[in-house]
Amino acid sequence: MDKEYEPNIIAFLCNWCSYAGADLAGVSRFQYPANPKVVRVPCSGRINPMFIVKSLYEGLDGVWVSGCHPGDCHYNTGNYYARRRFALLKNMLSHIGFEEDRTLFSWVSASEGNIFADKAKEVTARIKKLGPRKKLLKNRDI
Amino acid sequence: MADKIVENIRKEAKRILEEKIVDIVIGFEKGTLPYTASPVFIENPDDVDKLIWNRYCHNNLAVYLRNFPDKKIGIIVKGCDSRSIVALMAEKQLTRENIYIIGVPCEGMLDKNKLLEEFGDNPPIEVKEEFLYPSCQYCEHKNPVIYDFLTGEPVQEKEEEPYPDVVEFEKKTLDERWKYFQEEASKCIRCYACRQACPMCYCEECFVDTNSPKWLDPGIDLPDLQVWHIIRAYHQAGRCVDCGACERACPMDIKILWLTRKLNKDVRDLFEFEIGIDPEKVPPLGTFSLYDKEEFLI
Ligand code: SF4
Ligand code: SF4
Ligand code: SF4
Ligand code: FES
Repeated sequence: MDKEYEPNIIAFLCNWCSYAGADLAGVSRFQYPANPKVVRVPCSGRINPMFIVKSLYEGLDGVWVSGCHPGDCHYNTGNYYARRRFALLKNMLSHIGFEEDRTLFSWVSASEGNIFADKAKEVTARIKKLGPRKKLLKNRDI
Repeated sequence: MADKIVENIRKEAKRILEEKIVDIVIGFEKGTLPYTASPVFIENPDDVDKLIWNRYCHNNLAVYLRNFPDKKIGIIVKGCDSRSIVALMAEKQLTRENIYIIGVPCEGMLDKNKLLEEFGDNPPIEVKEEFLYPSCQYCEHKNPVIYDFLTGEPVQEKEEEPYPDVVEFEKKTLDERWKYFQEEASKCIRCYACRQACPMCYCEECFVDTNSPKWLDPGIDLPDLQVWHIIRAYHQAGRCVDCGACERACPMDIKILWLTRKLNKDVRDLFEFEIGIDPEKVPPLGTFSLYDKEEFLI
C-alpha cells in the first residue's frame, strides 16, 4: 500500500503541435512520467469544455490540454477560441471550489520535444501533489 | 404609475392586434395566487383587458418567442427580457421584423417568498428594496435596451459595482466554496425547470437528454447534480443576461445565479463584453482577440 500515488491524467493534445511535440520528445529520448494518457485531437479548438468536466466526472485525477502556440494553429484560429473557453472554465471550476491544478493548459509546438517533457513533468507533479481526487467523482463501483 | 402602464400596454396591444402588425401578444395576466402573475397569449383584440402589469411579472417572456416561428409577435418586456431578445438576435434566433416590443421601464420584481413570509396574504402598499429578487437588486438595465413602444418614463439606473455578490463570494476559501456548491446542488431534483425558464436554453436536445454521447447519468448522486449545474451554467457563458428566471423557476429554491454571474463577470472583465446590449456584436465565445489574457497557461 505504500506504493507512491500515481495520478491518472488525461492529456488532450492537438495533432499538429503538441502531439508532434510528444512524438519528438519520444524519439529524442527525453524522459517524462507516464501518467498523462494521450488523446489525439485535431486542434485545441476541438476540445469541448464538456470533455474536461466529463473526464473529471468519470474518474481522471487531472486533465491536461495542449495545443499550438498562438499564431501556429493549423486551422489558424482554433486555439484562440479555445483560449477563451478554457479561461472561463478554469475560473468557474475554481469558483465552485474545485482544485485549480487539476485542469491545466499549455501551448507546445512540434519542435519543442524538451518542453513537452518538461510540461509533462510539471503537470504530473502538480496533480500528484493534490493527491487522490474526491470532488465531482462519479462512483461506479456501487 | 402602474395604472398608467397597464393602460398603455392595453391600448398599444389592442392597436397592434387590430392593425394586424402582430398575430399574437405575449404579456401577463392576473395570477391565481397572491403575489403572482401568469404569462398570457392574446390573439383577439377584445381580450387585451386581461393584460396587467405589477411587481410580480417576473417571468422572462422572451422564452416563448421561439414557440411561434410563423407568427408576428408582440411582447411585453422588462429591461432584462429585452436583453434576452438582443442576445437571441445576436445568435440569429430571432428576426427583429417579426417582433413588436412593448417595453416597460421596470422598478424591480418582488420576491414572492419573502413577501409571504413577512406579510402573509396581505400585500403592503410600499415595499422596500430588500424585497426585490436578487437579480433585480443587482440589475443595471431596468429600462428596456430595445423597444418599439415604451409604456412610461425611463427609471433611474444603478451605477454601482455590478457584481458585489461575486466579489464577496470569491473571498471564501476553496473548501467553503465547495461546501456551498455541495449544499446547493444536493437539493436539486433535476426537474430542469431552470432550463425551461431560460430564453437561452433553446437547444433542440439538451446535453442531459442525449444518449450518445451520454454525458451524464440520469440519477441524483451528488456528482450528477453538480455536473448538471456546472454544464448548464457554462452553456450560458457569454449568453446569460442575469434575468434570474432560472433561479425563480427552481422549485427547490436553489441558488444558481452565483454560477452564471461569475461567468458574466469574467466575460466582462476578460473580454470586455456585456451581454444583450448590441445585437450586431458577435457573442464573446464566437470570437476572440489576439490579446486575450493567457496567464492561466502553464
Ligand atoms: S441562465 Fe438564468 S439568469 Fe441567465 S439568461 Fe438564463 S434564465 Fe436568465
Ligand atoms: S443546459 Fe446546455 S444543452 Fe441544455 S438546453 Fe441549456 S444550453 Fe442547451
Ligand atoms: S430548477 Fe432547481 S431543482 Fe430543477 S433542475 Fe434546476 S436547479 Fe435542479
Ligand atoms: S491545430 Fe493545434 S491548436 Fe489548432
